[in-house]
Amino acid sequence: MHQVPSVRTYVLVWLTLTIMTIVTYYVSKIEMGEWNIVVALLIAFFKMMLVVLIFMNVKAESPLTKLFAAAGFFWLILLLGQVAIDYISRTWMPEGKMW
Amino acid sequence: MLTPVTAPRRETLSDSHGAVAEHNPNLRHHFDTMEQQFDSATLGMWVFLLTEIMFFGGMFCAYMIYRSMYPAAFASTSAHMNPKWGAINTAVLIVSSLSMALAVRAARLGQQKALQILLLITIFFGLAFLGVKAVEYHEHWVDNKVPLIAGHWDYSNTEHEPNQAQYARQAQILFCFYFFMTGFHAVHMIVGVGLMLTIFAMARKGKFDAHYFTPVEISGLYWHFVDIVWIFLFPLLYLIGRTKELI
Repeated sequence: MHQVPSVRTYVLVWLTLTIMTIVTYYVSKIEMGEWNIVVALLIAFFKMMLVVLIFMNVKAESPLTKLFAAAGFFWLILLLGQVAIDYISRTWMPEGKMW
Repeated sequence: MLTPVTAPRRETLSDSHGAVAEHNPNLRHHFDTMEQQFDSATLGMWVFLLTEIMFFGGMFCAYMIYRSMYPAAFASTSAHMNPKWGAINTAVLIVSSLSMALAVRAARLGQQKALQILLLITIFFGLAFLGVKAVEYHEHWVDNKVPLIAGHWDYSNTEHEPNQAQYARQAQILFCFYFFMTGFHAVHMIVGVGLMLTIFAMARKGKFDAHYFTPVEISGLYWHFVDIVWIFLFPLLYLIGRTKELI
């Protein structure tokens, strides 16, 4: 069967996730203009990768499962990206632009 | 002239009567090995999770469009949500994900007692999350911040926007997103708690061992997925426009 990660690994991931939650909570109070959302989403993406790779154990899964997991995120990027391109390239947005 | 058939007979299926005496009773006949059966179940669960990504992805996409249309309204409306509750709930869900991951680990190692305790911890934190969510919804109800329900939508914050009527409509859109996205997430949490109760009952009956723990594993995948959705909902709904916070 698959290799079983140690308790220490799981606890370290949990600790990192909790610290990132505290960081994102306080960083959101700092005025960074357009960068607030970028930083918030980068932290969320980092947290997601930790959960997917370690907690969901995709790191140790078969290549086929990895491909399927990646396909989900690829599809999501297509959806959000294509729609964003459409809206960014138009001039009729009420307040001018995407954030 | 006929030649005698020398080719060996096809191998017996793993759970047919003619099969070899020692095989795991949980191995279905259409799989060769326990490992193949496990990998197939995991892959099937991922396919289901892909449909879930599409389900939530549509809502995230709509959110993206409306937030880009009305950034000011979204930013100051977010101040009516309590980021402390959101942060606490994020921490609660992360703890539940840890106990879930440890439960799957215990199942893999065949530690039945630890598996049951860790499942109970997961259920506890799942219910704690739903409890906090209920408190939040109640606060919005009392504050008259529930859109689409007559008598429960009163938006009188006008300090950022002179055009009050238009601004109130834009704020209503964010609250619609808030209730639909957190609502669907909460429904997934309720389903998750139900799943965990089922897995707990199965564990108590001794259905799992170190060779067969597939239901624990795939329910764990579902639980972690619901956690990931919240990881994105938290910054997108609670943490926008906090630099000009009212609270």
